[in-house]
Order: sequence, then structure tokens, then C-alpha cells
Amino acid sequence: MSKTPVTFRLNGEDAAAFADPGSNLLDFLRRAVGDLSPKYGCGQGTCGACTVLIDGEPHLSCITLAETVTGREVRTAGGLANGPILDRLQEAFIDKFAAQCGYCTPGMLMAATALLDKNANPSRQDVIDAIGGNICRCTGYEPIVDAILEASRNTRGAA
Amino acid sequence: MAVEFRKDLFADERDDSFDQIGQPRVRQDIEGHVTGRSPFFDDHLFDGLLHVRCVRSPHHHARIRSIDASDAERMEGVVRLIWPRDIPRNMNTLLSLINFGRDDEPLLAERKTAYVGEPVLAVIATSVQAAQRAVAAVRVDWEVLPHVLDVEEALTPDAPVVNDEYPNNTFDYHDRYDHQKLRFGDPEAALARADHVVEGTYQMSPIEQAPVETCGAIAAPETNNRIVCYTSTQALFFSIGVTGKLLEIPSSRLHFIGGTVGGGFGGKVDSHHEPIAVLASLLTGKPVKYMWDRAEEMQAGAPRSGERWRIKDGVMNDGRIVARIFTGFFDAGAYTRLTSYGVQKCTGHLPGPYTIPNVASNIFCVYTNRTPSTAMRGFGITGVDFAIECHMDKVAERVGMDPIELRILNAYRDGDMKAHRRLAKNCALIESCQVVAQKADWRLSPDAMAQSSLAGGGTDWRAAIPETVTDDEGKIGERRRSGLAPDPFAGTGQRGRVAAGTFSDHPATGNAPQRDDMIAEASRLGFKVDTGAPSAPMPQAERPVAPPAPPPAAPPPPTAPHGSQGAPTLPSAYSEAPPAPTPTVTPPAPPPAPASTAPEPEPYRPEQPFQRGVKRPGVSRFISGSRRR
Repeated sequence: MSKTPVTFRLNGEDAAAFADPGSNLLDFLRRAVGDLSPKYGCGQGTCGACTVLIDGEPHLSCITLAETVTGREVRTAGGLANGPILDRLQEAFIDKFAAQCGYCTPGMLMAATALLDKNANPSRQDVIDAIGGNICRCTGYEPIVDAILEASRNTRGAA
Repeated sequence: MAVEFRKDLFADERDDSFDQIGQPRVRQDIEGHVTGRSPFFDDHLFDGLLHVRCVRSPHHHARIRSIDASDAERMEGVVRLIWPRDIPRNMNTLLSLINFGRDDEPLLAERKTAYVGEPVLAVIATSVQAAQRAVAAVRVDWEVLPHVLDVEEALTPDAPVVNDEYPNNTFDYHDRYDHQKLRFGDPEAALARADHVVEGTYQMSPIEQAPVETCGAIAAPETNNRIVCYTSTQALFFSIGVTGKLLEIPSSRLHFIGGTVGGGFGGKVDSHHEPIAVLASLLTGKPVKYMWDRAEEMQAGAPRSGERWRIKDGVMNDGRIVARIFTGFFDAGAYTRLTSYGVQKCTGHLPGPYTIPNVASNIFCVYTNRTPSTAMRGFGITGVDFAIECHMDKVAERVGMDPIELRILNAYRDGDMKAHRRLAKNCALIESCQVVAQKADWRLSPDAMAQSSLAGGGTDWRAAIPETVTDDEGKIGERRRSGLAPDPFAGTGQRGRVAAGTFSDHPATGNAPQRDDMIAEASRLGFKVDTGAPSAPMPQAERPVAPPAPPPAAPPPPTAPHGSQGAPTLPSAYSEAPPAPTPTVTPPAPPPAPASTAPEPEPYRPEQPFQRGVKRPGVSRFISGSRRR
């Protein structure tokens, strides 16, 4: 079977690569495009480690067909920072010790990004709902929720 | 003289201030985490990467009659299969690397499988999907065997043999004992005197570590005939050692890279992926990844062992616990992994953080046809702690006492003798209870609030090793396999006694015996241990050094039904010759007084790079560089 060319925008830049037939967006991004920031945790859409934004909406890339992003805008944790300047969410995760092993962090960041893009002033419950599909096994969720709230209060680096 | 490690050895390197607690800190690896650039094992890209999936047993216990993989081998994308015969030495146990336990587990099962999910054949293919399709096409002719899933059923005489290496379904401690014992004082006599006897049974489930990153490894050919292996392991040197042993290749050919672990919690110690990935790479000459998917992680990944506990306490009306007897069963699953060690950790932890003058425990590491269990977040400790604390509540209810005050009454205080014959130090249970009560608005009596871990400990009986009864209780404790040396205390029908104050390394009464060459000797280390500064009294000081400890009131030689070994043959721990003159006799030698046989310390040559073990004067040889601040 032949591979399918997929052209799309990744973190604000044009991107193109060949997708294996039936391959999911997670494998496509990691292996074909080379963006390693989304992580494999379950492959069945339950852990959230592979969360990316497609046209601003959080999607689980492990259960998204690669071809479906053709012509669309994909954002990953690898594109959050502007060069050496970190995003306010990244800064807040650092300050609040919101990661231990770091494996769930890219997915958490993208779920939080989607929230803050829509709701600049979320309540604690809004934050909890937003990361409700993301599993963390190390830090517990409190520091992560604290970090996202902190980022929402901090306009530094906000677009 | 034995060395107390930790503080003594590193006294000049430790900073005991607690000013970091409560202060926000920045992790050194956090920037990689928040930018998605931390190099987890799967974040290394290789062209032409191959993938591995395993054919697994669907049965709890089954013999493999035959395997037909002819269809699978011809399927598109399949590169080759790995059969058990491809593995140079297909038998291992994880802790063989520290000489603990016998090899009992194949990497790929060849004759029979003993748990659901046990791998029997590995498929190397160009994609995960191709490997999965091939796995589904393999036909295994299984002969289903009777299985056992309960720890106590596994100990019945007619239970199926789970693990051929341990036909009694129990791990053999010190190659002789089917369980690990702890004996301290005379619990049975104390129970007879007690006002109440409180019994309870507690059951803990296995718990899967469930890291978000599943276990895995990528191996690829490197230059100079080496193999590079990126792995999720928590125990890199276990992984290298296990891989080298199973594949019979020197570790110098193995270039293992780990250290970035996407959550481990103990589940990434077992080192199963690296040998398969490295072997697959050796067989194909290509980079190969063996990574579990989530279903495999949950089904075949080793959890914390299930535990069953029976606790029997003797309690006085005032709440004082005078005796505690444990019977514990750790469910090792089909193979040993780390459960044998968990049992020993647990034995050292009993009877929990309480000063109880009479303690006994028999703990079994039992094989069942369940997933092998391994390390998991305080394994060996947290399970029994749950049982102990439930039991404390039960005791409090029986004697009509506040449960927190019961804990404060019985808590370890500094200087108390613990059942495994070490002195309690740095105790904090009383203070923890007081803070918990305050935070929960739980009223404690003024008396309980006035207690302190620093006061009242180490007085008379609290600091003493009591005369200890060794017993032959319990049919289950007898060894059922013939051909083993008889238990030194079994079958005599009479109890032995170990004199009060005896510091015993014997497994029947105290700690596991330690091989002489594993006991750190100050003279051998050549380390400045005896600086003249008086330190806390050590249990070792109470060991009667001269003359040899009197043997326990030796029971008359019974008509021993088995073996010619009449009276208990006491291990060398009781009768070993007193060590050479104690250091106190030696004049306070100038700085580190190495043993006379030790070579002269090499002069410090700053221009030369450090060798293994630092040789600079005044620097501990156990670190290989400066400590990161």
C-alpha cells in the first residue's frame, strides 16, 4: 500500500510528510514529522499524554487518523516556547513544580493551552475539568492545577 | 568492628539542615519536561526500526505441546522469530546479580507457562501491526494444567507445582527455609498473660504501577561491535547485568542509556525488554524496539504482590501491647522477581513502629499462577503497615481506648530495642500523631499530648533483647521437600532458648545471616570510624564477644526422626571467635587507621583524572566526584 502525503501547519509553520496507511497522528508526528513532544501512554485515548491542538481544539493524537489534519493547524508542546522564551504555562509549571517524570507534561500543557485560549480567567473547577482527560501518576494534580491557575493570572508572554 | 553507615561515613559531607523543606525548588530536568525535549527512550529515532511483539499464554498454567509458527513466519512484514532456543541462557532470576535466589524464570517459556500473559515466542516485524498480525497467526498447542491462584491453597500438599525450581511453591530462604522467621522474646507466654487477645486477618490486592510511559527498550547496532540500548529502565545496571547474563555477552559490548524514566514506581526494574530488544538487534542487525502497549503493561507487567496477613496481639487492659504474632503470605506470582526480597524488607519492619517486647513472624513468599510481582513503592512495607494500622484500631476498640492514644502509648521512642535487634533512632510517631490529632481537631488527653519520642525510651526492658524462644510451631512451617538438611529447631518437640541479650543473626531468631565477607569491617575499609567521639550505643556492643555466647539451654538430644542432627546446630553467629581486640584498646590512632595490610594511599595527583573510587586524601572513596549542591 502506498503512503499518503499530508500537508498541514505545525506550530505555525508549513509541514509535510508521508503517512503510512491507517497510521495515527501520534505516530505520524513522532516518526514521520519528527516532533517527539506528544507521548504514547495508552494508544486508546484514555491517558491524554498524546494531546495536541487541531485548529485550537484539544485532540488525542493516538486515536486521530494522520490524514485528517491535512490543511489544518496542529499545535504541540514542542512549539509552545518562542525560541528560548518559554510560554507562561511552561514558566508556571517550572515555578510550581508541576512535573516529576515529565511524561504527561506535554499533554497537560496542551490541554491547559486550549483552556486558556478560550477562557482567560478560569476557575479552579474549569482547570480541573480541562485536564480531566489527562492522567498523571507522579505529582498528583494539585501542583498542575496551581500552575495553570498561576499562568492564567500571569499575562507575561501572553499573546 | 562493624560500621554504622550513613551518617558516620558521610559525616563530613552531610548537611543536616532542613532549610530546603517548604521552599520552592526548580527541578534540574524541568525545562526538558515542559518543552517536550526530555529524552525518553522512545524519543530516539532510527531509520528502518523494527518492532517486537510476543505470543503470550492465554492460560494460568499450561504445558506447551507444540508451536506452529509457519504461517506467521511467511506473513508480510515479519523479519524473523525469536524462539527460546535462540536465547543463549534462557533462565534467570533478577536478584541472582546479588546472589539471592536461584534462576527460576525463562525469558521466553519453552516447556510450560505459569501465568496468563507469559511470553513464549517473539516476532520481529517491520511494524507493530505486522507483528501483532503474526502473533495472532501463531498456533500453540496448549495442554492446560491445573492452576492455583490463592497463596494458602498453594501451600496445600496437593497444590500444583507452579515453579519447577521451587517445588514447594515457596521461596527457599538461605536455601533451607520455606519462610522467613523473626523471633523476639516469648510471644506465646505473653499471650497467655495478656488481658485480651485480638486477632485479625487482612488481605491486600496486587497493585499495578501503571506508569504513563509503558516499559520498553530500543536496541541498535553501534560501532566497535557494540549494541546501544535506550531503555526505560529504573535499574540500568540490573538491565545490563541481566542482558549480559541471558545473552552471554560481556557487558563491555552493551552501551545502555537510560535515566529518563516516564514514571516507574518499581515496575521498570525487571529488565525484560532490554534482553529481547538487544537479542533481536543482534539477530537482525537492525534497530529494534520492544515496547509494551497499555494492555500488555496491565496484563503482563509485574505488580506489587498481594499479601495476606494474620495478626494476633496480646494486650493489657491499659492498652499496652505485650505480644504480637504475624503470619504473612506474599503472593510472588509465578516467578520470584523481587518478592523474596520484599519479604525480608517486611521482616525487618515488624512489628511496625511500636515497642512490643514479644514478637514473632513467619512470612512466606508463595508461588501462584498469577502475574509475577515485583517492586512497587515501598513493597514489603506498605502492605503490612495497612494491616498493622487496621489492627491497631481493632485493638483500641477492644480495650476501649482512643486509637491515637493507643498508638502514642505503644510507639517507638528513641533508644528502644526493635524486634530485629537494632535500636530505634530518630523516632517521630508520637509527634506525628500529635500533629495529626491537632490538625483534625481530635482531642487527645493532656498526658498523650505531653509524650515525646525523646523521653522514656531505652529504659530497662525497652532497650533489652529478651530471652528469645525459638519454636517448631506450625505444620506449614515444616519443609516438605526431602533431601534438605533438617531445620535446626524442628522436630525436637522442645523449645530452644536463646539467652537474653544475644545479638543474633540467625534467621530463626533475628536477622538473616550475613556472609562474613559482606559485613563491612572498619579495618577492611580502612576508614576513620572510631574517632573516639562517643556515638549512640550500638546493638553490636551488646554482642557477648568473649567467651563465645553460651548455647541455648540445649534440649536433650531427641530421638530425631530425620537426620542425624540432634540438638540444634547453631550457626557460626553464636560461636564465632571474638573479633580481634576491640578498637577501644588500640590507642587513638592518627587519622584514618587502615588495616596493616592495606596499601599505602596513593599520593594525590591532581593532573590525573579520577579513577573509580576517589583516592584523594580525606575524601570518601564511595563517591566518584563532588556532590552536587
